[in-house]
Amino acid sequence: MASGVKPRVKVPKSASAGEAIVIKTLISHPMESGQRKDSNGNAIPRSIINRFTCEFNGQSVVDVTMEPAISTNPYFEFEATVPEAGDFVFTWYDDDGSVYNDTQSVAV
Amino acid sequence: MKYKTLTAFAALVISAPIVFAGGADDDTLSIDGEVMVSKTAAPAHMAETGIDTIISGWHFREDDTQAMQLDTFDNPGMIAVDQAMDAWKTVEGTAEKSCASCHEGPESMAGVRAVYPKWNAEAGEMRTLAMQVNTCRTEQMGAEAYKYDGAQMTAMEALISVQSRGMPVNVAIDGPAAEYYEKGKEIYYTRYGQLELSCANCHEQNYGNFIRADHLSQGQINGFPTYRLKNAGLVQTHNRFRGCIRDTRAETFAVGSPEFIALEVYVASRGNGLSVEGPSVRQ
Amino acid sequence: MDFTRRETLALGGAAALTFVLPFRANAAVDDAIAEFTGGAALADAGVELTAPEIAENGNTVPIAVSAPGATAIMLLAAGNPTPGVATFNFGPLAASQSASTRMRLAGTQDVIAIAKLADGSFARSAKTVKVTIGGCGG
Repeated sequence: MASGVKPRVKVPKSASAGEAIVIKTLISHPMESGQRKDSNGNAIPRSIINRFTCEFNGQSVVDVTMEPAISTNPYFEFEATVPEAGDFVFTWYDDDGSVYNDTQSVAV
Repeated sequence: MKYKTLTAFAALVISAPIVFAGGADDDTLSIDGEVMVSKTAAPAHMAETGIDTIISGWHFREDDTQAMQLDTFDNPGMIAVDQAMDAWKTVEGTAEKSCASCHEGPESMAGVRAVYPKWNAEAGEMRTLAMQVNTCRTEQMGAEAYKYDGAQMTAMEALISVQSRGMPVNVAIDGPAAEYYEKGKEIYYTRYGQLELSCANCHEQNYGNFIRADHLSQGQINGFPTYRLKNAGLVQTHNRFRGCIRDTRAETFAVGSPEFIALEVYVASRGNGLSVEGPSVRQ
Repeated sequence: MDFTRRETLALGGAAALTFVLPFRANAAVDDAIAEFTGGAALADAGVELTAPEIAENGNTVPIAVSAPGATAIMLLAAGNPTPGVATFNFGPLAASQSASTRMRLAGTQDVIAIAKLADGSFARSAKTVKVTIGGCGG
């Protein structure tokens, strides 16, 4: 696991039923591309978050496949429909098998 | 001949930026809706510089870079603030204290960033914010000092800076600070390196012009530590000083050196009146 | 070691081919698009790509894609060592088929978005982003 990985998520605390809301996510991660070399000229192995998902009450909002061209500290902004009160679950999948989670409840 | 042509070309290049003069833009810097003072009258002590308006580096950046600073969430520098918040509450050292043990919440740091570097009468020394943090760590907590420009220190500076966001920079240059101010000023106007460039050559005489593709700012440090897109991380004031001097192809001073402490006093005071923006976002 | 004229020419030709980077990158882009579309035709309308004309630093370039009704949008950077950037798959609770992110660009190049639209057809949009190289070591 990359050290100090910290998810940040911005979701409104409440919404009206059926409303579209803007969600922003940012997670601290070096997103080592595999293209860089260390000071001895050896390639630094790729180590990235390769997938990000957002679900609301078990239904998918967005599922993103990520490549090494995503910047350090990956940022995403998208819109979700809130049909009822419930929980947004955000999940980031690391190359090394680590999974980072965050959950945000929304009242209607 | 060839050398002469090159020299002539170099001279042309050096004078060329005036053609491309872009200057600072007129956008408004508001962070989470709070308007910052990003352009204001230069402090009285700058009368001799010929600069009448001091301008935040934010105004010299492209719109997309600027946008990242307008919303606390969009600002990737805030990740470090979150990390430092954990450190703030973490008990370390022989005294078994955390920052919070003495200072409670980080809100108690409001106003601190704005006045540093600051003379410490008890210790009889000029202290940068990093020095103050390390003094706390070693003397109050019995903990190990952070590396002067390491990630932990820079994150802690970001956490402390954000408490003062919007407050005017107000670094004292009188009394015991005067000698640091003078020393820093001397460094500011000294040409360093094979390129023989002083801070003033770029940031006083040519701000608003381009050096190759770089849009030169006034070199204000009210936004430090700053999240640099180039580094994909926070950069500290002394780190930036070192980078600038290195780019003149000079042997540079070390971070935390007496020279950089003095230079920080001088450069910070040139921003007296601008809002504290740290952590800002730059290219 | 001796080379005949013909061998030398052949070597030179091979080397030239190896170093014609855009050619190779475009092949990788074409492959990625073909894999996503299954070789279907690409319409010019239906997907919008928002990217800066000039990025101050290639490490963090803000970018946005939008394709109303799309089920997925693939984002490619034609001039990167590997062209893939991200593929957004929109679920039933996506309020719009749009998203923003920040990406790396190895230099000035075309950024390409391919959307799989609601009717199963595909649309393409591309934009050139200039990446500046600073005067002060970036």
